[in-house]
Amino acid sequence: MANIDISEREFKQYPKKKKKIKGSSIITFIFLAMIALAVLVPLYVIIVTSFKTLDQITLGRIFDLPTTWTFEGWNKAWSEVCSGMTCNGVKAGFFTSIKILIPSIAISVGLASITGYALALWKIKWAGSFLFVLFICAFVPFQVIMIPLVLITAKLGIYGTFWAVAIVHGVLSMPFLTLIFRNFYKDIPPELINAALMDSGSFWRIFGEIVLPMSGNIIIVVLILVITGVWNDFLIGLTFGGFGAQPMTVILANTVITGTGAVRYNVDMAAALLTALPPLIVYFALGKFFVQGISAGAIKG
Amino acid sequence: MPEIRFKDIVKQYGYVTVLEDLNLKVSDGEFLVLLGPSGCGKTTLLNMLAGLVEVTAGEITIGGKDVTDLDPKDRGLAMVFQSYALYPTKTVEGNLKFGLAAQKLPKAEVMERVNWAADLLQIQPLMKRKPAELSGGQRQRVAIGRALVKNVEVFLFDEPLSNLDAKLRTEMRLEIKKLHNELQKTIVYVTHDQVEAMTMATSIAIMNQGVIQQFGSPDDVYENPANLFVAKFIGAPPMNIIAATIAIKGKKILATHAASGVSMDISKYDFTHKPADGAKVYVGMRPEHFAIGSDITGKEAASFDLPVLYAEKPGSDGNAYLNSGDEQIAVRIESAMVKDLQGADARLKIAFPHDKFSVFDAQTESRI
Repeated sequence: MANIDISEREFKQYPKKKKKIKGSSIITFIFLAMIALAVLVPLYVIIVTSFKTLDQITLGRIFDLPTTWTFEGWNKAWSEVCSGMTCNGVKAGFFTSIKILIPSIAISVGLASITGYALALWKIKWAGSFLFVLFICAFVPFQVIMIPLVLITAKLGIYGTFWAVAIVHGVLSMPFLTLIFRNFYKDIPPELINAALMDSGSFWRIFGEIVLPMSGNIIIVVLILVITGVWNDFLIGLTFGGFGAQPMTVILANTVITGTGAVRYNVDMAAALLTALPPLIVYFALGKFFVQGISAGAIKG
Repeated sequence: MPEIRFKDIVKQYGYVTVLEDLNLKVSDGEFLVLLGPSGCGKTTLLNMLAGLVEVTAGEITIGGKDVTDLDPKDRGLAMVFQSYALYPTKTVEGNLKFGLAAQKLPKAEVMERVNWAADLLQIQPLMKRKPAELSGGQRQRVAIGRALVKNVEVFLFDEPLSNLDAKLRTEMRLEIKKLHNELQKTIVYVTHDQVEAMTMATSIAIMNQGVIQQFGSPDDVYENPANLFVAKFIGAPPMNIIAATIAIKGKKILATHAASGVSMDISKYDFTHKPADGAKVYVGMRPEHFAIGSDITGKEAASFDLPVLYAEKPGSDGNAYLNSGDEQIAVRIESAMVKDLQGADARLKIAFPHDKFSVFDAQTESRI
């Protein structure tokens, strides 16, 4: 039989098929546009205000572009604004937040992935009951257990340090993350695990060599959830950080709320944007994987 | 030397009993095929031998050693899975190496075994690829390689060829058979494909609904099916089974097929116990044993002259399906005849020899 090279086939141009726009999709479009505007308009105001001089802000025309673009607000927000008695800007909070973030990622992702792996792929007695308890835990509001937790961290001698904040974050997010990991691992073909059981049989080796390398997508999903969750958190940081380990959000709240002298809107806006920036960067950098990870369970490899 | 024994095996899932009091012995070096339709318990049996499914009651021994409660890795087995179950993030080489994860071997030994298996299966050029970059047949080879490196005495195969296309399946079938001849290891092989069973096995256990219907060599199972299920399951097209009534006339034993009125002389059939006059039986006839047209000598045990329902030519031979009144009768014919038999009112004269019958009791459905 003669093999025909596909590239040598005559290329024929077919007319494009026109897509009809339906009435229902117009309504959907309008609805989505309204939601987008509800987010974008305030964001626009925040951004332009952060670049304005105080003089222009006092005019009150919030939608105007800055007459002179200035980074004065951003500089002051980063290194000069006062939170309580200290005036080091939100910079101090930024580093505290990082210090909180890293151990809480390690604790929550580490615990949750191993627990999820054990629950999904190993025959464990009471696994069903344990899963149910985790499920309940995932829905207990933080405020309910806040005071006992404060007492526990105080007993452990870590209250008021970033460790307290990190551990509380890690522990509180663990049930929900475990459920995510468990559902992801449930979709790994059972024959693959059976093969690994016959080849190695070691709990840790199968996890490290077979299961963990397959979890890239879900780890990114969980990382985004943890990073945004921990970074945007206010209550846990406020409660457990004391004065020594206030995360960026707490510093931001202090600087905006404490009113000595005139309100400097440009500084406030810049401080808010600075605080919101890290999770945004994470989203933009990892967003593609996030979508892949969410739908990963649906595709059989 | 490892001899595998299943003793009084029971398997229950909740309140459903899948296997009950199953006994089976696999001798050393044997190629045993567990054959049966979906859901007959053959894969469950294999998984229990592998240690992947727990036994509810009973005992499994390998080489005299009770392995019923051992972990899969400690049983000295290697298994090839239906979906190949290759580790997607590892290269071919990594997959083969992980096959040795449980055996703590020096690095040189690991490499030696991996290279040996790769040479044997001709996958040396694929060693740095990931499973996703391999074709179905190549994946199959790697899966077999991962089992081979373990250098164990017993290999388990769980429908390893069912995901391959027909051509590759034939090739791999020969290759697995060749491996068995070369290595002389014990193989337990699960399949629902009777061609695989007939061509590869040294012995076949045919299962249905958790019960072993017959255990014997491929020839034995084909020529002397123990019961109606085996007779209908083995062979393509399967054995023709027609209901008949026994009439004893002097020394002759006749079986009369009511719908066509044909009497079959089954006197020369080797009965284990002779049926009574008027007993209901099923008479089995293989499609390829019929004499056709001019080949008929007139001395056959039974002859039919029946209208042709349809004729087909799946390959080198043809099949004709005749209307006997109540049941279809399939007959193996020469492919040149197929055209002549495709007319609307075609008829075919066929006759069946004395020594090829299978007779089953209508009540128990067992061979008599």
